[in-house]
Amino acid sequence: MTAYLVRRVLLMIPTLLFITVVSFVVMRLAPGDPVQLQTELNPRVSAEARERLIAYHGLDKPIHVAYFIWLRNVLTLDFGRSSAPDGRPVIEKIAERLPITLFINVISFVLVLGLAVPIGILSATRQGSWLDRLTTLYVFVGYAMPSFWLALLLMILFGVRLGWLPISGLHSLDAYRMGPFEYWLDFGKHLVLPVFIGVFGGLAGLSRYARSSMLEVIRQDYVRVARAKGLPETRVIYRHALRNALLPLLTIFGLSIPGFIGGSVIIESIFAIPGLGQLFYQSVLSRDYNLVMASLVIGAVLTMVGNLLADLSYAVANPQIRLGAKGGD
Amino acid sequence: MATETPAVGAARGVEAAPASLLKDFLRRLAKNRLAVASAVVILLAAVAAIFAPALAPYDPNALNLDAQLSPPSAAHPLGTDDLGRDVLSRMLYGARISLSVGFVAVGIAIAIGIVLGGLAGYYGGRVDQVIMWLVDVMLVFPSIFLILAVIAFVGPGLFKIMAIIGLTGWMGTTRLVRAEFLALREREFVAAVRAQGARDARIIFRHILPNAVAPVLVSATFGVAGAILTESALSFLGLGVPPPNATWGSLLSDGKAMIEVAWWLTVFPGLAIFVVSLAYNLLGEGIRDALDPRLRV
Repeated sequence: MTAYLVRRVLLMIPTLLFITVVSFVVMRLAPGDPVQLQTELNPRVSAEARERLIAYHGLDKPIHVAYFIWLRNVLTLDFGRSSAPDGRPVIEKIAERLPITLFINVISFVLVLGLAVPIGILSATRQGSWLDRLTTLYVFVGYAMPSFWLALLLMILFGVRLGWLPISGLHSLDAYRMGPFEYWLDFGKHLVLPVFIGVFGGLAGLSRYARSSMLEVIRQDYVRVARAKGLPETRVIYRHALRNALLPLLTIFGLSIPGFIGGSVIIESIFAIPGLGQLFYQSVLSRDYNLVMASLVIGAVLTMVGNLLADLSYAVANPQIRLGAKGGD
Repeated sequence: MATETPAVGAARGVEAAPASLLKDFLRRLAKNRLAVASAVVILLAAVAAIFAPALAPYDPNALNLDAQLSPPSAAHPLGTDDLGRDVLSRMLYGARISLSVGFVAVGIAIAIGIVLGGLAGYYGGRVDQVIMWLVDVMLVFPSIFLILAVIAFVGPGLFKIMAIIGLTGWMGTTRLVRAEFLALREREFVAAVRAQGARDARIIFRHILPNAVAPVLVSATFGVAGAILTESALSFLGLGVPPPNATWGSLLSDGKAMIEVAWWLTVFPGLAIFVVSLAYNLLGEGIRDALDPRLRV
């Protein structure tokens, strides 16, 4: 197990390096740079100040030299400073935005996994029932629905028309006056729509795999044997079939993690949630080099860690793979 | 996989599936009512986009300050926006951009996928390892992050958007094509053409690829839906095709500001995206079932 873990973590390094090289090159080769953006509208910026900024961003050096300087700093967790007016260290800005993004994503993961499995079991064991057909319908709707459109429709319905749920931010304006219970209730209400949007699309994909994976397992000989032995149907389904049906699901789930993380950009900018996605979006608009690079790295690391966890749970759940044998692929 | 071409016929260089197979495929597809309906929707959308200038009741960018924010009515079936522009006309013109982005982006992705997947599957070994590593790296990355970063630094523009969506969407096709090639390269007809002295490029493109077309076609159909959704998300975030050209996503983005007073600005463009992307998904599903009923999920 440890050897497997170490190997998986080591394999992340070339991937990360590749991602940073590509991002770095794209940003450097693109026209327009942060210095230009910071200075072109300000006639009072002296030539010296410009020089200083250019040197600070490493724009006076060849691209590979600049990259290695960046990389060396990153290894000491120094992602540089933001080119926004506040000029704060990038790592600080990310650290204050990360928790809420992680929080929303983890809730979404738990809900998606928690719902996809029962939906898959029910629609596979009752193939052709109304529940099964409803699942199929939902799967297609969920695939084709643009998440931001659904978000807007729900905002119109629950926010504007019915007035049940707040549609932006994490707290009401008067949250500071609330008692602790009211405060958290208010916070929870603000999360309902963002989490729902996060879950809706992801659940559609996973439910479908849960259903087909279950259908496949139910036809296997060992399930027939379990039935032939006279085991009760619930035991056959939940003990014999489910365990095996879960395995491919974990892999699919691991692959859908980038989608969740990427979805944060859209969800957070629609609902004005001050998380990593919104920060990334803003930094992209203002061409904040250091902040964009740092967000890309953090986003990639989060995704890889999520994938690793999915693979590890796969390994734990599958007694056939006591690792080492064929891990890593 | 679906086309069980006889080895002898293939060795002579089969151009396309025999007419009977195509007929068989179309017959099965025609039985699937959802797929047929989807094809009709897709066709209608394409016609609407192509003939937008003839169909649009108004100039899509003409301001009409007498009819600002008017709800759907006989004069403006889908209402007008805050500048009095006709939503229906803007959507018809928007369809041109949204749909062509979908097609071109998928074309790029499929082309890359065929070449890389073909190379990986045909040659195997080191080539395969490197290409598959690249696929894994791309899959691990939240592609919207990459797309946004690239667009922000390269600048928006119709062709850039098409290229970027295509360049970040080739991984699925690559895997599919590779798997097909892995299976096909061991077949007798490939050995036969190789024995005749055919060069690798000829074997890959003339002999193996035509037999791998079916799954590629299916993934392309799904891909169009995905690309339309991605483009609209980008336009929604304000990083898509630059104004004044409307796309379905940018119409939604404009409508968001007016969400409390003008629901029609949000409902109709989103509905167009949803219906078209649903149609492509259902058609893809139908094509897959018709090509090979065994693949049905």
